Amino acid sequence: MLKRRGNPLWRFPGVAPTAAFVFAYLYLPIFILIAFSFNENRLATIWTGFTFDWYSVALNNSDMIRAARNSLIVASSATFIATLAAIMAALCMTRERFRRQQAVNAVIALPLIVPEIVTAVATLLFFVIIGIRLGLLTVIIAHTVFCIPFAYLPIRARLQGMDPRLEEAASDLYADPWRTFRRITLPLLWPGILSGAMLAFIISLDTFVITYFVAGAGATTLPVYIFGMIRIGITPEVNAVSALMLLISITFVTLSFLVGRMRR
Amino acid sequence: MGGGMGRLLRRSLLLGPALFIIGFFMLLPLFLMGYVSILERGMAGGVQWGQHTVEAYVRFLFERDLMDNLVVNIDYLRIFARSFLLALSTTIIALLIGLPTAFYMSLQPARWRNLLIFLVTIPFWTNLLVRNYAWILLLRDSGLINGGLQWLGLSSEPIRLLYTPFAVGVGLTYSFLPFMILPIYASLEKIDLRLVEAAYDLGASKWQALRRIVLPLAMPGIAAGSILVFIPSLGAYVTPELLGGSRQLMIGNLIQGQFGAARNWPFGAALAFVLLALVLLAMMLYARRYRRAPGQA
Amino acid sequence: MKRTSLLAAGVAASLCMGIGQAADANELYLYNWSNYFPPELLKKFEEDTGISVTLDVYDSNETMLARLQAGAAGYDVVVPSDYMMEIMIEEGLVERIDTGEMENFANVTKPHDSPRQDPERAYSAPYLWGTTGFTYDSARVEGELEESWKEFFEPRAELSGQIAVLNDEVEAYNAAAYYSGIFKCTEDPAEAQQILDVLQAQAPHVAMYQSDGTIDRMAAGELIMHMQFNGAAHRAKQQRDSLVYVYPKEGMSFWNDNFMVPKGAPNLENAKTFINWMMAPENIAIASNYTGYMNAIRGSSDFMDESLVEDPAVNMPEEYADRLRPTEDCSVKARELRNRVWTRLRS
Repeated sequence: MLKRRGNPLWRFPGVAPTAAFVFAYLYLPIFILIAFSFNENRLATIWTGFTFDWYSVALNNSDMIRAARNSLIVASSATFIATLAAIMAALCMTRERFRRQQAVNAVIALPLIVPEIVTAVATLLFFVIIGIRLGLLTVIIAHTVFCIPFAYLPIRARLQGMDPRLEEAASDLYADPWRTFRRITLPLLWPGILSGAMLAFIISLDTFVITYFVAGAGATTLPVYIFGMIRIGITPEVNAVSALMLLISITFVTLSFLVGRMRR
Repeated sequence: MGGGMGRLLRRSLLLGPALFIIGFFMLLPLFLMGYVSILERGMAGGVQWGQHTVEAYVRFLFERDLMDNLVVNIDYLRIFARSFLLALSTTIIALLIGLPTAFYMSLQPARWRNLLIFLVTIPFWTNLLVRNYAWILLLRDSGLINGGLQWLGLSSEPIRLLYTPFAVGVGLTYSFLPFMILPIYASLEKIDLRLVEAAYDLGASKWQALRRIVLPLAMPGIAAGSILVFIPSLGAYVTPELLGGSRQLMIGNLIQGQFGAARNWPFGAALAFVLLALVLLAMMLYARRYRRAPGQA
Repeated sequence: MKRTSLLAAGVAASLCMGIGQAADANELYLYNWSNYFPPELLKKFEEDTGISVTLDVYDSNETMLARLQAGAAGYDVVVPSDYMMEIMIEEGLVERIDTGEMENFANVTKPHDSPRQDPERAYSAPYLWGTTGFTYDSARVEGELEESWKEFFEPRAELSGQIAVLNDEVEAYNAAAYYSGIFKCTEDPAEAQQILDVLQAQAPHVAMYQSDGTIDRMAAGELIMHMQFNGAAHRAKQQRDSLVYVYPKEGMSFWNDNFMVPKGAPNLENAKTFINWMMAPENIAIASNYTGYMNAIRGSSDFMDESLVEDPAVNMPEEYADRLRPTEDCSVKARELRNRVWTRLRS
């Protein structure tokens, strides 16, 4: 690998400032959100003083904790299944050429296009007709469906234009398709997989209309719970829970970063 | 690699899971909804099974006047057009700032790059509504942005930012930015800098290198990102409601309302199918234009 | 790839956690409006009866109805408003529970013991009730405002751009109907047009149509005038003294929410226990204190916060009684007109 610093692309005008702007843009509301989780006032939008109380309120709110846990369970399961299905589909769609390929693309994009409320009512009707009992499982199924296009598109973008000769050479070397896949294809695909999986994960964390309809009694997720609160007004309790979710994500990222380093 | 049969088997094994999940849990329910859209609405909501009518589709373009004649009604078309425009501008802005960001990420040393992927998505572990509330705090008259502008002496009194189309744009772009950045990054990350070096050695300028090497490489990512931003923002309704003040309806609110206060399921379903048809048509036209199927060397 | 297996392990672990919470017999599934039931009251119920409660929430009568109509089950108690109560009885979505024969029913005050939609209280029990008017900040308006929707629909110059309307098809339409003296369930397109005219004339002065966070906005002084429920008005007033809740002379919606038991409720007996328990004054008072809405139980004011009893927004002065208009479920034709008005206003 070349030393990137020496490359003139590094100093392409406007790139670094735009990236800096984008990261500031992404994190500015997050700082505000965290700041207001320490707000003493019951109304989230009026600052009156500093307190840690909302964290203990949030941690003692068993309904909300249950909802947050459900959210994490649903998001990680749906992401896992959707990403696997997406990897396989993307491999097939970029390596092979067959008739009706456009139709397959359209079907995979379907969950993106249909408005949430329609998917929600349709899926609920469908579950009731085929007699599946509503619960956390139905939420996971429904989330998996619409996570697939979010995982699929980045992975396909990654695969497109990749040099197939690398894999061909490898399969000549190993002659074992599984090893070729593990040693060559997967590492090559990794940025696409990671991107797709992260997008699937965050979209699952945010979806509430579908969840709301297909969740069984007691299978509420965090967005459904929070959506329920805003009619009256969001309390800093919700900010506190969001900050805790951030903490979980940062812990997760740090751990995976450290694991990655140790293995090097 | 294998004969025709083996190839077919492999193809169905690979495509199977995705197509099964979507086919069974999305396509079938959708057929059900297609049927709902041609049913009579129920008196108290829901539908009357077995009573057919195309009223819901007629209603999209026409209404009945006092004499019960059909007259053209463009209310719904206007709402559709507005949503398309908003989604389009969101996509363009996200692309304009997302592409350089993805490019920047792909130029970082290998061990930082995965961390950057996480960094782009960490803010979205919080909640959609809470993030929108944070934007309200930032954008309101007494908010941080107005405060900053005044402190800098750029304005003497608060500028109305909240409850304007500007606020909706800021909020929507924010919500969908990762969906633009990450696919572009995924396709850009495989950039071979030796190619760029070689181009420079041959006397290419920066812009030429960008146009000839970087952009073509980013193209699949740009296409994927645009789909992931454009289509979901078409149906977005939380952000237009919270940051835009809901003074103007979007497709999302319109359809949502049909299953809510209006209790008119067939019309809600019909609106969804009109939207579906329009988007699929747009995708087909797009695919036809770029016929050279990607992925083929 | 180790990372994938790590992820898989995480998923498996979290799935096991989720499945661990299997059903135990003594429980109750309550499906209620969001932020409409105090957590401490749930705890009290659990301590008093040993029944553990799981609470899920919804944001409108219609979404609750849509879910039940599509066949979602599993709830023991739901909390529909008056007009929705009627629909649910007609559609056969609820169990008969004979509330009238329950021990604590004697506590229910008139007229709540015999509502039009369920005169014998065979299917329902009262929870809380309230009104929909508007609130303004008296510190930011010159002089006193008239007790009329006129101030809301034809605002003074200084209020332009400082007004919020509930983003609620029914409430906004009904208020405009009261103001123009038209029956809110009219089936006459010409009358619906008049209602639209009122709303359209007001539109340029409206800052937003928004049902969420009304308390915050008024308490923070973001706006001067807001269409609001009285309980929300009360909670906003506690943060800002200068707010005034108006009972418009042309009429205002008066609504009440009720406990009902959906068909096929898994814990029918527990549901009845809960409903009876909620009609005890010391219990319902906690709900009133938390939400800022009045209840229909005799003797509950002994347990209620003074601020609540003293606030005219909550404890309505007698002279306003004839301004209250019960909500109604309109015909399909009337609802069609209403939806078209509401869509055109913002198309």
